[in-house]
Amino acid sequence: MMASITAEQEKPASVQEASPEAVVVRFAGDSGDGMQLTGGQFTLSTALAGNDLATFPDFPAEIRAPQGTLFGVSAFQINFGSSEITTAGDAPDVLVAMNPAALKTNVQALKPGGLVIADTGEFSKRNLDKAKYETSPLEDGSLAKWDVLAFDISALTLEAVKPFGLGNKEALRCKNMWTLGLALWMFDRDREPLVNWLKTKFAKNPVLADANIAALNAGHAYGETAELAGPLKKLHIDPVPSEPGLYRTITGAEAVSLGLVAGAQLAELPMFFGGYPITPASAILHNLVKMKEFGVTTFQAEDEIAAICAAIGASYAGQLGVTSSSGPGIALKGEAMGLAIMTELPLVIVNSQRGGPSTGLPTKTEQSDLYQAVYGRNGDAPLPVIAARSPADAFECAIEACRIATQFMTPVMLLTDGYIGNASEPWLVPDPSTFEPFPVKFLEDTNNPDGKVLPYKRDERGVRPWIKPGTAELMHRVGGIEKAIDTGDLDYSPATHQAQTDARKTKVDGIAAAVPAQDVCLGNDKGRLAVVGWGSTYGPIHQAVRRARRKGYDVSHIHVRHVWPLPANMGDLLAGFDKVLVPEMNTGQFKTVLRDQFLVDAVPLNKTSGQPFAIAEIEDAIASFFDGVPGHAEGEVPVNDTQLPSPEA
Amino acid sequence: MNDMTPIQTTLKDWESDQEVRWCPGCGDYAILKAVQRTLPMIGADPKNTVFVSGIGCSSRFPYYVESYGFHTIHGRAPAFATGIKLANPELDVWLVTGDGDGMSIGGNHTMHVLRRNLDCQIMLFNNEIYGLTKGQYSPTSRVGTSSPTSPVGSVDRPALPCAFALGSGARFVARGYDVSKDLPEVLKAAHAHKGAAFIEIFQNCIVYNKDRFDDFTAKGVAAENQIWCTDGEPLLFAKGTKGLSLDHTTLTLKVVDVVDGDWQAADVAVHNVKNRGLAHMLVEMPFGPFPMALGVIYDDPRPTFEGEVVAERAKLIEGKTANLGKLLSKGQTWTVEEKDAAHGLMD
Repeated sequence: MMASITAEQEKPASVQEASPEAVVVRFAGDSGDGMQLTGGQFTLSTALAGNDLATFPDFPAEIRAPQGTLFGVSAFQINFGSSEITTAGDAPDVLVAMNPAALKTNVQALKPGGLVIADTGEFSKRNLDKAKYETSPLEDGSLAKWDVLAFDISALTLEAVKPFGLGNKEALRCKNMWTLGLALWMFDRDREPLVNWLKTKFAKNPVLADANIAALNAGHAYGETAELAGPLKKLHIDPVPSEPGLYRTITGAEAVSLGLVAGAQLAELPMFFGGYPITPASAILHNLVKMKEFGVTTFQAEDEIAAICAAIGASYAGQLGVTSSSGPGIALKGEAMGLAIMTELPLVIVNSQRGGPSTGLPTKTEQSDLYQAVYGRNGDAPLPVIAARSPADAFECAIEACRIATQFMTPVMLLTDGYIGNASEPWLVPDPSTFEPFPVKFLEDTNNPDGKVLPYKRDERGVRPWIKPGTAELMHRVGGIEKAIDTGDLDYSPATHQAQTDARKTKVDGIAAAVPAQDVCLGNDKGRLAVVGWGSTYGPIHQAVRRARRKGYDVSHIHVRHVWPLPANMGDLLAGFDKVLVPEMNTGQFKTVLRDQFLVDAVPLNKTSGQPFAIAEIEDAIASFFDGVPGHAEGEVPVNDTQLPSPEA
Repeated sequence: MNDMTPIQTTLKDWESDQEVRWCPGCGDYAILKAVQRTLPMIGADPKNTVFVSGIGCSSRFPYYVESYGFHTIHGRAPAFATGIKLANPELDVWLVTGDGDGMSIGGNHTMHVLRRNLDCQIMLFNNEIYGLTKGQYSPTSRVGTSSPTSPVGSVDRPALPCAFALGSGARFVARGYDVSKDLPEVLKAAHAHKGAAFIEIFQNCIVYNKDRFDDFTAKGVAAENQIWCTDGEPLLFAKGTKGLSLDHTTLTLKVVDVVDGDWQAADVAVHNVKNRGLAHMLVEMPFGPFPMALGVIYDDPRPTFEGEVVAERAKLIEGKTANLGKLLSKGQTWTVEEKDAAHGLMD
């Protein structure tokens, strides 16, 4: 979505229906077919055409799963249109299937009447067997629900790249560019940016560049010239009206990396990033390695524990320590987080959530680490938790995490997920001069004129001073053992532990006053139903609430960025609604937090399939609060409790 | 270590105001004193000195030194030290760990800090027992050690910390023991070495593993059973009456008698701190048939990790300026003009 769009433009349902503003395309093929690359480049061309968009890369955990198999299918979905797009779309309008397995695993998602484009060259007996098809679906009538356009993309590609003398295997690798060329024709896209991109990508091998460009042009020409009666037709999607300015596309991993760099700059600190490779968090380490001119030191540690410990060490020495991982790695870091809480050192921990428990679904998305973030440590160990809602939002959230960590001397957890990390969207590039700096002040002279320095003397917000080793006369010791008030000397007497536990909790609770009040992002601030979400469910919830409001339901969307501590007005805000629905990609974790904090009867709507919510799923759940009867203005309909969605919904 | 101007201090300057809480008679007291004696000798500056420890009896050490100190979590001190040193290479970082902390729960980090060659001093207090958790056998306990978790004697084979260090790529390996008057000299050499300096210090746990090292530290037997390694000097012990010689057939060390101080005649090997093969033999020779090798066993510096990181960074950022606006707008961009805001124009 455009970060800039805030004004609500609600249109009557009839207009919406009459003018289709958005198209969903899914490219699916073997993991070796280059579908993520094809999708990425199609995304770029879409952005350049001025459409708003959202993407959903969906790929297997295996690097190269056996060719042609069902579990080796890699897909990339993009939803683009001429108005605000907040999700990757529910059901595709167009499915490009590069082999039988890709068709089998994806076609059921296609809208009835949608278009299938298939490469007949890959529908051999052997590939059909691998996909567990007994007969070819292209011939047995099983695809009757959809329009099917099947032709031999493999042969057409081989023909197109023939002049370049590539081997058969290399030549067939150009298939994705052929397909992309066809897609560019379908949606009236300029080929030039891609031609330039191919030239740069294959600068060292101009033959490959030329072959790929030839394939791209051939695919485009095929659309233009093929005498095809039937479903293949050119569509033009109008550009989206958007705020003026400079735009680029951005993925969540890029946004987090940039936000961390910006955050460290605003704190006027060098940044130390300790990481250990893990899907889907590694991209942040890859990005930061290239940003060292901003005072960034990266450290690929021997394990997750060393990664966070080194980051804490760097914070102790006066830099902004950052570490990043995914659920399993975050679990390993738990003890060290406790030390950062105990020693009250700033630290940012990024968790790119994936499906769990254990190894779970490494490449799929889930929001199931909320309990881990808020509660998952030994002892009373509170730390602030911030959740990003989209790739672009992750930028601001990362800055916010740096701000809270350094201003409150506390570790902060930033939650994203696999979907946000990999998905991309257009981003109105912000002007850094508009960012509010929060420069860090280290203690340089003693804070105790009568004696030795007091490293744990708290200010009015309960925050202790940050003292860098190397500072004369302020030598002191910190550690994980309970410590005396002010002096920080070892002291685990009952009264001290009580007082310090309270002080740590009060400090973190107090952050609620330093974050923006919770707003309602769509709808009224009181009413019959609030749909409360956090993280990447923002998109589907927002669209579902928008559609429900068009139908006249009195429903509002509340999106929570500050998951812990919750904004100070959160309880009052929720009290203004008769019912609260909490859609989550877990079994109801934020619902539990809300119930616990506010004694509110929050109703869960849960999904843990590794796939984002479809808008329709949330729309249905909303409708059930209103008897499912559309058109009841302002939702003035008694809620039928028997129709509340169950946790299994 | 750093290259700052040496500072004049005394032993007293390095004593913190904290009450030392080890058991009376614990070998840790002697090691603390040895360190506090060494720091003035090397001109260390309290404000630039950081002691980092994990968990265990030895890891309480930082509280007692008047410098910066970080008592971290079990086994992870090397990782914290890495972050500290990379954040500020000027700091003089000392690690304090034990056989449980550094060889068991933190073995992985010990290995990696050594192979990376972070410039720091790693003092591993080896008392062959878990003291703070009340006496369980440790990864360096000898086979047959009775303890609450091995009532009929432990069956695990012990690890050899110095052999582990060499195997991990350490460029400095030394040994000493708590009450040794020569310990400050060993610490001095460790500090002078640029890079990770690994020092195994045998330490007497008087409560759970009392006098475990008496067979080479007790007054009557010390001379007979210790061999102090000095670079360029013959490997002699037992007051010069015995020496270590290389058996040219088996390529192993052997003990030879030295008559009338004529060590050349006895073919006694000359210690060379840059001889890695010799270092391996010295740390692995079984005690009993052989004496316990002490002192600086290996010392052959290589570029330090933090030095390499700094150099790599300099290379990566050469010619680049930190322009946040430019960074944010990297890649393929397009502009929506004011007048075209409703249509969306690409550039």
